[in-house]
Amino acid sequence: MNALYGLYVDAPGAQRAVDALRAASSELKFNTRQIVVVSGEPHEGYEFTDSHATSSPYRWAVLGATIGGTTGYLLTTLSQKSYPLFTGGMSLTPAWTNGIIIYEMIMLGAILTTLVVLLIGAGLPNFKGVITDPEIGKGKILVGVVDPPQNSQAELERRLRLAGAAQVKQSTGT
Amino acid sequence: MQTKAEQIEQDLLRPLFHSSGKYWIAVALATSLLLAGVAAFCYQLYNGIGVWGINSPVFWAFDITNFVFWIGISHAGTLISAILRLTNATWRRPITRCAEAITVFSVLIGAIIPLCHIGRPWLAFWMIPYPNQRHIWPNFRSPLAWDFFAISTYLTGSTTFLYLPTIPDFAAVRDAATGFRKKIYGVLSLGWQGTPRQWQRLETAMHIMAVVIVPVAVSVHTIVSWDFAMTPVPMWHSSIFGPYFVAGAIFSGIAALILAMALLRKLLHLEEYLRPIHFENLGKLLLTMSLLWFYFTFAERLTTWYGNSPPEMAVFWESIRKQFAPLFWTMVVCNFIIPVPILAIKRLRTITGTAIASATVVVGMWLERFLIVVPALERKFLSYSWGTYRPTWVEDVLMASSFGMMALLYLLFSKFVPMISIWEMKVGLHAHGGVPVVAAPDGAVLDVAE
Repeated sequence: MNALYGLYVDAPGAQRAVDALRAASSELKFNTRQIVVVSGEPHEGYEFTDSHATSSPYRWAVLGATIGGTTGYLLTTLSQKSYPLFTGGMSLTPAWTNGIIIYEMIMLGAILTTLVVLLIGAGLPNFKGVITDPEIGKGKILVGVVDPPQNSQAELERRLRLAGAAQVKQSTGT
Repeated sequence: MQTKAEQIEQDLLRPLFHSSGKYWIAVALATSLLLAGVAAFCYQLYNGIGVWGINSPVFWAFDITNFVFWIGISHAGTLISAILRLTNATWRRPITRCAEAITVFSVLIGAIIPLCHIGRPWLAFWMIPYPNQRHIWPNFRSPLAWDFFAISTYLTGSTTFLYLPTIPDFAAVRDAATGFRKKIYGVLSLGWQGTPRQWQRLETAMHIMAVVIVPVAVSVHTIVSWDFAMTPVPMWHSSIFGPYFVAGAIFSGIAALILAMALLRKLLHLEEYLRPIHFENLGKLLLTMSLLWFYFTFAERLTTWYGNSPPEMAVFWESIRKQFAPLFWTMVVCNFIIPVPILAIKRLRTITGTAIASATVVVGMWLERFLIVVPALERKFLSYSWGTYRPTWVEDVLMASSFGMMALLYLLFSKFVPMISIWEMKVGLHAHGGVPVVAAPDGAVLDVAE
């Protein structure tokens, strides 16, 4: 994966770079979806990161919990009815004890759904190659364009520097 | 000049690439203990479960004690970490992974113990509910079946809770490593890049997990307590057992966490990160739990004494005045008399002080589990079924090896995974403005440059 990127020392600098790239996208003929931001830690309170915030994982977790609970209910009641134990006249499908299994299955459903939703939402696993730089580990933020148009690379580099890039580099991905 | 972020990464990745002689000595000791346990287990498999000291009426003894003890220790991590995450306690950052790792390994050890106890571990899959030719289904009314579901859920949740925030750190190791190691960490990091979208999803997932895992952790130890409380055995059939066990679990869990942190601090040279303030804060939590443990123990014993039911009083006096009295009073000394003054007096609430208090609590809580199990089984309702129990060397070795296994898993984990979350430490840096620091050649922080 080819990319031209700048390294920024802080989040405000990265935000300026993202804004500058968005403003230049039509002029330099690249799609805003080609803009890439990579950091070694999350940065809250900036548009470039907060724009990805979503509440959908919570809804999926509730759905997963519901599916887990339903599975728990069916597992207990169907198996107790299919393979009845001698209960001495007591309920064959006791809600109190089945409730414990259903409770655990609700939680398991929520946990597994959260895991799956995270992996899908974050695009993991991804072994096609990642854009990274050793400077990210030192606290810098990478902002750049993936597969930039060949004829506008010089102008792109200029804009990245104008936004305050400490360094501008070209990557072929790892 | 080295930035603080750079220094954090360098310090926390160092143990993965370089290990001290002390570390390898600790690994060798833990491995020896574990191998002794493997040998004892093979001896038990060959000769049968009769090599244990259990017999009618005491069919549960060391094994269930160890099971309850390790499941209790597991509350160190996930529960503490989740609560600290949810309350956004900033001092949690260096300790969450140490804690979460304890959970995963101790639940794993706890889950292995019933497999040893069933005598024929190759038939353990009978617990799994699926249609089969034997027409055997788990009895969902049995607390042992509840255990299976609770522990499976807890192990899945705890492993997920540990793994998710480790993904970015695996990516950091991948970027710092070369050769084969780079490929391994590339797989473990799942190709993590660190885009804002990935960070957002990870933080949301961690928040959901923290919300979910707290009730799971509480339910697990409550259900473990119901293994006893649902049984008509004197001093077991009690409604206090659920909260009593949960409180005891958190108590022993915090103690184990403090001990692990003190060990890691020395072995991995994490003095800059695991600071006295972390031990002091955890020491305060441990003090609170010590007082709560005393309250529960007193309430439980007082209710029994006031009720004056002969079968219960037989167990009561057996543990307080007769053959188990030395163990009972050692437990009180270890869980209350020693830790409370150490943890209550600020001058004593040092790293050494909290580690000493924690070591006594770990011993005391193991004794507490033993004293819940064995005296009650020795003195059931009908006196014709009374009996005695003495552990054999096989049980002693298996118990010791469970500690060896825990130590080994933890030490190996610290060799392959940064024991302090690198990215979370960097997030903490933002709170301090991300100011650069001047570092000495050996990596020690000398000063903060404005």
